Amino acid sequence: MSFASHDSATKQSQGDAITAEEIADSGATASEDVARYALILGDDSLMLAQRLGGWISRAPELEEDIALANIALDLLGHARFLLTYAGSAWGKSEDDLAYFRDEEDFRSCRLVEQENGDFGTTIARQLIFSFYAHELYTRLLDSEDRTLSAIADKALKEVAYHQDHAAQWVLRLGLGTEESSRRMQSGLDSLWPLVEELFVDVEPIERLEGVAVPPSSLREPTMRRVAEIIEEAGLTVPDAAPAYGGDRRGLHSEQRGFILAEMQVLARRHPDATW
Amino acid sequence: MSADVTSLQDAREDAQAGEARFEQLIADDSRVEPRDWMPEKYRKTLVRQVSQHAHSEIIGMQPEGNWITRAPSLKRKAILMAKVQDEAGHGLYLYSAAETLGTPRDEMYDQLYTGRAKYSSIFNYPARTWADIGAIGWLVDGAAICNQVPLCRASYGPYGRAMVRICKEESFHQRQGWEILHTLAHGTEAQKQMAQDAVDRFYGPALQMFGPPDADSPNSQQSMAWNIKRFSNDELRQRFVDMIVPQAEALGLTLPDPDLKWNEERGHYDFGELDWDEFFTVLKGGGPCSRQRMDHYRRARDEGAWVREAAAAYARREAAPQAGLVGA
Repeated sequence: MSFASHDSATKQSQGDAITAEEIADSGATASEDVARYALILGDDSLMLAQRLGGWISRAPELEEDIALANIALDLLGHARFLLTYAGSAWGKSEDDLAYFRDEEDFRSCRLVEQENGDFGTTIARQLIFSFYAHELYTRLLDSEDRTLSAIADKALKEVAYHQDHAAQWVLRLGLGTEESSRRMQSGLDSLWPLVEELFVDVEPIERLEGVAVPPSSLREPTMRRVAEIIEEAGLTVPDAAPAYGGDRRGLHSEQRGFILAEMQVLARRHPDATW
Repeated sequence: MSADVTSLQDAREDAQAGEARFEQLIADDSRVEPRDWMPEKYRKTLVRQVSQHAHSEIIGMQPEGNWITRAPSLKRKAILMAKVQDEAGHGLYLYSAAETLGTPRDEMYDQLYTGRAKYSSIFNYPARTWADIGAIGWLVDGAAICNQVPLCRASYGPYGRAMVRICKEESFHQRQGWEILHTLAHGTEAQKQMAQDAVDRFYGPALQMFGPPDADSPNSQQSMAWNIKRFSNDELRQRFVDMIVPQAEALGLTLPDPDLKWNEERGHYDFGELDWDEFFTVLKGGGPCSRQRMDHYRRARDEGAWVREAAAAYARREAAPQAGLVGA
């Protein structure tokens, strides 16, 4: 399977960038378990892209409109790869999965579904998710599944930038003014109970040895690096118990229904249309 | 005392030499650069035009941005996000070009915030349906390209160079708008109606983007003499109409103008009178979304103030590595 770079309407990084269309055309078919794993990762990226897209034209500075749009675009790209690959198991397209699944069928975590809040809250979420994603894709490079490994290779370069963006803002806000430090801390405090869900070994991951990355193996390296940034920014690592629930099935956030209502409204109004 | 007189004379001679050089640059159709002497009115005209263009890009993010979360496929969502991101980028190039004329970006932001600066009135119309994203790309970006391609040769160097890059991206934007409409026009009956409705609503306002008729556009003459503007409003409008008529036919959509017909003698399409009352009403802030766009912009600036203050405080702290010790 080769992923040659070619022009795309969306921004792609240079080199052997893959596209969702190439994954669809490659003929690679995910097994049921691999597809369900890809959905977990893809749904996280999709929900966060959807949320970050809401910042465009509302950011604190023009450069941040561009940066947040760029990050949202990268995440949307990851979601498209992963949903396309997941769909290969069931003869479904990325859009079938994004637009025609119901609330209870998504497997995203609650962290990425939270409302944007203020810029400090958004940056707190970016810090946690980008560092998690960086650890995840670093290990997924070695997956025996060649499609997942190729997706990880593409995503890793982008997530490295997301990490840097988030860390720099945590430092600026943590060490900037009294107000920014307070807001940054408050963002971390409010999201902290939802962090643990990222690291729970939900099924079918235990059946995918050598293919999937067990989330529990990401907990220590991710949280160590996140804590370093928080401390460097003069902030406190929150001491909050994980919120109950969080198995990526059922007990999902209240926000998910609102996200989907907005995201899916037009596609569902014209179910037979192509766009 | 005599030294003051000498320096005054020197300054006068420098200004005269600068003025002669400026006139020569314009006569040669060459480029004026930031450090060159330029008449104050030339500088002011450019700052106004370039900053208005920048503001238009910024406010223009809103009507399209409002469809990012609802785009009907993931591919369309990605394209739209990239497009709105480009618009922020265009704003950035243009503010930077205007800064080379001595006006800081914060001052231009403030002019927009307080309503002293204008932006293109087209963005005071709502993007109600998904087809509006197509119509905005095809008609609004199409009109912008007609306006902007000649600006790549504008006499002020940084402006012309910014426009080269912007035009490349705008031409992609126009194609994506046309492609959205083409897909809709060849889709379900509801999609076709959606496409036609959007074109019906955006046609008139898009033609008005070239500004009032030449007879009512007194500033244009001076801008043309300075090689900032190369063609008159009416010339550009005609060029645009001639371009979109065959494109509309290719789309299978109609343009809402009963007077639109080919004039063999002129070699151009004739078109009907535009509603200039509407244009001036919208321009003065009476558009369907004028208030909404400004409120949105102001809210974002207000809500981001603490972030900008923090970034500035952090930058000062980083610039002074001993700050921690001083404070201790």
